[in-house]
Amino acid sequence: MKRKPSVVSILTFFTVLLTLWAGTSAAIDVYQFPDEESRERYQDLTWELRCPKCQNQNIADSNAPIAQDLRREVHRMVVEGHSDKEIVDFMVERYGDFVLYRPRMSGRTMILWVGPAVLVILGIIVVLILGRKNKVSQENDGLSEDERNRLRQLLDEAEHLSDKTDKP
Amino acid sequence: MMRRVLLFIPLVVIVAMFLLFQQMIGHDPSALELARKDKPMPEFALPDLHDTQRFLTQNDLKGKPMLLNVWATWCPSCRVEHPYLLKLARENGVKLVGLNYKDDRDAALEWLDKLDNPYAFVLFDAEGKLGLDLGVYGAPETYVIDANGIIRYRHVGVVNEKVWKEILEPLLQTPGASS
Repeated sequence: MKRKPSVVSILTFFTVLLTLWAGTSAAIDVYQFPDEESRERYQDLTWELRCPKCQNQNIADSNAPIAQDLRREVHRMVVEGHSDKEIVDFMVERYGDFVLYRPRMSGRTMILWVGPAVLVILGIIVVLILGRKNKVSQENDGLSEDERNRLRQLLDEAEHLSDKTDKP
Repeated sequence: MMRRVLLFIPLVVIVAMFLLFQQMIGHDPSALELARKDKPMPEFALPDLHDTQRFLTQNDLKGKPMLLNVWATWCPSCRVEHPYLLKLARENGVKLVGLNYKDDRDAALEWLDKLDNPYAFVLFDAEGKLGLDLGVYGAPETYVIDANGIIRYRHVGVVNEKVWKEILEPLLQTPGASS
């Protein structure tokens, strides 16, 4: 007899599938470290360096051959006792600022650092100018003193008229 | 009056965006800039693919402006550009040096045997050491190196008639490249 697959079994199937898929997509290599500190440094560095081939993955996360090579280099340099700065400089010397997820302050990256602040300040200035203009235009309706008196007169008359017509 | 001027702001913004986007057409966002532009070739000592007893260094690339072509047998686009490289070497007399990148030596030798060899010599970089120093991130890549061994340009992707005529040939002929 045929049995319909239950919702639970379908869900289980996909959960297992996802787990397997996640397992294969994470980059796995086995590196030995002399101490816990260098392991952490390795993890931080591979987390901060961007894979040149894959645009939006760090080298810890990517299975691209180039990311594997860069991980190997980071591991070698960490174990050899190079400082974080030396390792990052090594990568930038070869692959440019692109490999840094946190770009450095320099002439070329200045716009990244200063740009948002400049835009916010510009926005505030625009809002202030517009606000002030509104206020001014509310106070000043462009009428002279005579015209204003005439307007008041007309409005009064109109009120009188409506008062009269409203009466039975 | 001020009001009138303000009305033109959207137009100015749109024109600016138009010009910006027009510049981006044909620009490959995945192309990386060359970190070693206008710097000397990194030092290396790599075996000759054909004779692994013979070691070649950065000094072997000096003397004449040349193209350093990064290739491998696992790279399909390399096969695409191979006939054109042959033409450049044979008909245009271009000095071409190969950098066999992270490849299997036997497969590479068989490739050159079967498809013919456009290179003056081929550096065998099995571990991608020189590739890493150059900032290679894929194959094929083609570097323009001047007579003094200074890296002038990198082309990522297939070299064809258009790339040669528009980019590589002018670069090889500039006085900076040949002096």
